[in-house]
Amino acid sequence: MSKVLVVTSGKGGVGKTTSTAALGAALAKAGKNVVVVDFDVGLRNLDIVMGAERRVVFDMINVIQGDAKLSQALIRDKRVETLSILPASQTRDKDALTSEGVEKVIAELREKFDWVICDSPAGIERGATLAMHHADVAVIVTNPEVSSVRDSDRIIGLLDSKTERATKGERIEKHLLLTRYDPVRAARGDMLKTEDVLEILSIPLLGIIPESAEVLRASNLGTPVVLANPDAAPSRAYADAARRLMGEQVPMTVPGEKTGFLNKLFGRRVA
Amino acid sequence: MAFVLSPDAPLRSWLAELDAQIERSATFFAGRPIVVDLSGIPDSDPDLETLFDELRSRGIRVIGAEGVDGLTPAVQSVGGPLIGGRPLGLYEVPDDPPDEPAAPEPTSMVLDEPVRSGQTILFPQGDLTINGSVASGAEIMAGGSIHVYGVLRGRAIAGVTGNQQARIFCKKLDAELISIDGLYMTAEDMDSFRGKSIQARLEGSSIIITEIS
Repeated sequence: MSKVLVVTSGKGGVGKTTSTAALGAALAKAGKNVVVVDFDVGLRNLDIVMGAERRVVFDMINVIQGDAKLSQALIRDKRVETLSILPASQTRDKDALTSEGVEKVIAELREKFDWVICDSPAGIERGATLAMHHADVAVIVTNPEVSSVRDSDRIIGLLDSKTERATKGERIEKHLLLTRYDPVRAARGDMLKTEDVLEILSIPLLGIIPESAEVLRASNLGTPVVLANPDAAPSRAYADAARRLMGEQVPMTVPGEKTGFLNKLFGRRVA
Repeated sequence: MAFVLSPDAPLRSWLAELDAQIERSATFFAGRPIVVDLSGIPDSDPDLETLFDELRSRGIRVIGAEGVDGLTPAVQSVGGPLIGGRPLGLYEVPDDPPDEPAAPEPTSMVLDEPVRSGQTILFPQGDLTINGSVASGAEIMAGGSIHVYGVLRGRAIAGVTGNQQARIFCKKLDAELISIDGLYMTAEDMDSFRGKSIQARLEGSSIIITEIS
């Protein structure tokens, strides 16, 4: 059974593309057939984070418009052979995405891959709604700060009303990925507490990714952090999150804490 | 005992009346033996020949005819004239009991999901209950009262149809705005009740918030 996963947030700059690349690489390392799809037409970044920017010939818009076959546009990762990327077009804008075209591409990807991971653009407009439309699972990337949490809440509302599953009366699986978590600022009380974020958003926690220079360095190198430095704290957190996506029970660890005090919170729906 | 139908001329309009009666009491004639008294109909009536067919087509089981002199083919078709019957009096066909009254429109609405930022819930028909939290940037509106069994962080607007009796109840107040019947109060004016369980009601032209335990 292939799964379509959307990585979304509403707000920009919270770590959607980084998380897409890291989760995709972690799932692929676990032996799954994975494609990461860049939906940010006109502002594509995923190819850079994946280190594939110099190998892009055709993109998703070419496939939608019939100028190229899907197999021509897919780029296979050089480090993990079960990982591929479908790049976005940089010269077009979101209006080039048609809902029929996206539906066709997603259906074709479903046949080839176990996981189709869609990197949503920021915002709640066309690009974002098309990226989430066919999703079975959503990962909502949120920073522990008020504006990010409110935007995530808005996106959860759209996931529950505008996606294909929602219009058919089915549930879409939703997970919260808390990124750019700074243990020092958390200790000072400068950030929203994890419990507060969970309480506001009322969805299960997939993982907490610590703010780390490793992540930035990896992005600039064009290597997902889980491949660049598998032992770094953010890499371990992403790997754990990927295992949870595959249905494994993995104890939750909070960056900067010796024991995972959130274990009791993990998996529990907070009203 | 048989029931007697006594048609009168003109037959056409009598049949129309009969149809109206069947409409009101659909099952009355089912399985009942019926005698037709033709004394009110002149033998020359052109519709007489088809009368029994008309009755049969309405599911009326005619077992005979009386009050008739001639032996017309129609009368023969129901077994000829009956004699010696005696009337027991008039019988009023009872109407069927009226259908169950239509279920009244619901006057309350309950939601078991949290209301997300950017969502609007409008229920002008009556009271609205949210079994969850209302996010910052969400808006809930009701014709009657509003109950929130969670944190109210967004806007709650009660009595939108002009109901001064409407109230707002919430388990934990952190609202951006509350309003009852057009009067409103913003977060700044609610500071002393922030985080508390409250009810808000209208007294004259001001909103009164009280803590509930």
